[in-house]
Amino acid sequence: MFDYLTYVREGNFPHIWCSGCGHGIVLKSFIRAIDKLGIHRDEAVMVSGIGCSSRTAGYVDINTLHTTHGRAIAFATGVKFANPKLHVIVVTGDGDATAIGGNHYIHAARRNIDLTVLIYNNYIYGMTGGQVSPTTPRGARASTSPFGNIEPPFNISGLASAAGASFVARGDVYHAQKLEKLITQAIQKKGFSVVEVLSPCPTAYGRRNRMASPVTLMEWLRDNCIPVKKYEKMSEEERSGKIRTGVLIDIEKPEFTEEYRKLVDSMQVRG
Amino acid sequence: MAEGQPASKELAIIRVNVEWCKGCEICVAFCPKDVLEMEGGKVTVARLEECTKCMLCELRCPDFAITVE
Ligand SMILES: Cc1ncc(C[n+]2csc(CCOP(=O)(O)OP(=O)(O)O)c2C)c(N)n1
Ligand code: SF4
Ligand code: SF4
Ligand code: SF4
Repeated sequence: MFDYLTYVREGNFPHIWCSGCGHGIVLKSFIRAIDKLGIHRDEAVMVSGIGCSSRTAGYVDINTLHTTHGRAIAFATGVKFANPKLHVIVVTGDGDATAIGGNHYIHAARRNIDLTVLIYNNYIYGMTGGQVSPTTPRGARASTSPFGNIEPPFNISGLASAAGASFVARGDVYHAQKLEKLITQAIQKKGFSVVEVLSPCPTAYGRRNRMASPVTLMEWLRDNCIPVKKYEKMSEEERSGKIRTGVLIDIEKPEFTEEYRKLVDSMQVRG
Repeated sequence: MAEGQPASKELAIIRVNVEWCKGCEICVAFCPKDVLEMEGGKVTVARLEECTKCMLCELRCPDFAITVE
């Protein structure tokens, strides 16, 4: 038995997430990760935006900042800059991070600021009743695409990699032990670190897409999330409909707050 | 809290917090030993003696509602 309760604000439970929503499994994986890393609650700050995923900040008993829609990364940048010693973790949704917050997302990746960003990707705006998000797959139904979505989706991990993030991983809530490891690695990494987590929304997405049952959504993750190494060995045909999971990018590059510190130090020597 | 009654030391202790369980059935569906069942919209321990303490139910419960010792 893992003692999750020492890390949560028990008075806020049961949480508001729907039956079978994956977000609770992400929260648990995060808790196990900080427990393994031995991070004290005073050394960590969780920053969230707005959405069901962003409600995570209300449940975990560390320093938390629940901000405005799309702006979590901007607030987190301020926190990290004010005190670079802190572990700053952003929890956000696919809508929060890549629609209204898309610019903050790519520019934080470009700067390579040392934040850990957990993006709960459920392919939809869950909190507001199921509108199309930038990650809704083509053909999927949403309240704003009742006949099927005609837009191509963003690849959340691909965006961060292309913009310059030093660590990018993708995990899912069925493979929760692996998810914990990815979150652990992302927190340890110095630099902008993203974990895209596939976390099902039975209520706003599943119901409209013939996957109303949480068990069906979990089975879908079980059957379609393929570890990178195995994926690389698969033929084009076998890859169809499958999702690559694991560490996608892990590179060393200058980190923003350290570069800033160096600049300040060099000015002081001269002055 | 409903508690599974261990008959011997080897048996697992499975606790379900029925106030928090939302009846999603994830723990029931992915228990490799078919230990759990649904009853009145909540999970219940039906075959405790089969439990191998693999902890998969605890790992995947989104509601912090089931623990295994
Ligand atoms: C400025 C602003 N615009 C719109 C909203 C309405 N709103 C609240 S949550 C949300 C989308 C949340 O979707 P996502 O980030 O994918 O998270 P989920 O709820 O699916 O976990 C929107 C559009 C808002 N709160 N503030
Ligand atoms: S609406 Fe979707 S994302 Fe929001 S709590 Fe319910 S299942 Fe989770
Ligand atoms: S610990 Fe494993 S075997 Fe026991 S009830 Fe949970 S999932 Fe089933
Ligand atoms: S996984 Fe958790 S919430 Fe879902 S039925 Fe089992 S105990 Fe209840």
